Amino acid sequence: MAYSEKVIDHYENPRNVGGFDKNDPSIATGMVGAPACGDVMKLQLKIDDNGIIEDAKFKTYGCGSAIASSSLVTEWVKGKSIDEASAISNMDIAEELALPPVKIHCSILAEDAIKAAVDDYKSRQK
Amino acid sequence: MNHFELFNLKVSFDIDLTQVSSTYQTLQRLTHPDKFASGSQQEKLLAIQKNALVNDAYNMLKSPLLRAEYILQLRGVDLQHEQQTIKDTSFLMQQMEWREQLSEVEEQAEPLDELELLDDEIRKEITSELVELKSLLDQQTEQANQQAADLIRKLKFLYKMCAEIELKEEALSDF
Repeated sequence: MAYSEKVIDHYENPRNVGGFDKNDPSIATGMVGAPACGDVMKLQLKIDDNGIIEDAKFKTYGCGSAIASSSLVTEWVKGKSIDEASAISNMDIAEELALPPVKIHCSILAEDAIKAAVDDYKSRQK
Repeated sequence: MNHFELFNLKVSFDIDLTQVSSTYQTLQRLTHPDKFASGSQQEKLLAIQKNALVNDAYNMLKSPLLRAEYILQLRGVDLQHEQQTIKDTSFLMQQMEWREQLSEVEEQAEPLDELELLDDEIRKEITSELVELKSLLDQQTEQANQQAADLIRKLKFLYKMCAEIELKEEALSDF
């Protein structure tokens, strides 16, 4: 199976790899895993007082498609409100990266990572 | 006929692997395509199919993870085609930590020793999870089946980790 050029680009030059201090109140952390392949993904969002995502970082242990999916969403979510970010669907990711059907679960992982981070943010606001 | 029946076994997580392996030798011999070299096209094709089935069943039976997954599948819980993610944060944190340790192992003074320690830690975890899995599968209730499914999902991360340790070990041993 051949990876698309976009997947290879994100895989070879992943954007925003790393992490923030998870105890910082402006940082939301989403952790998700895909049992189908054993991939693990951590997505962290830096969110300002108005609920706008200022910055994002990720760390993913998995295949090229999983790394590309998480790298892509860190680019996409920057500047978005948390509601806009939550609206990103796995189909958007899969389409942008031209993922084959067997790799759709990688895009689901990235979508769920955003949702998990947003849930973490909301639970801290209470 | 399910994979257990093919090997003359009751459907159970607890099976005698020595017996499985000797049944496999017998079935392998009986269905080996070479035996049907002078047979008709039809007989050859059938032998190839049966032989493949025997191999599939054997691979499933000897792996605790695949065996447990198969038992659940027979009970109507299909884990093979699901695409859902898990969100158990503390479990995932531990997975992340182990993977970080693995990716930094080359920087240690004795990488192979470090790998062995990591491998021991994960195998110990797997062993204790398998005991739990057996007791859940034995209960045969809907609730226990779902708990067993959750445990299998987690075990997949642990087995993946073991496979990655093995790959790293091979890579490091080349030098």
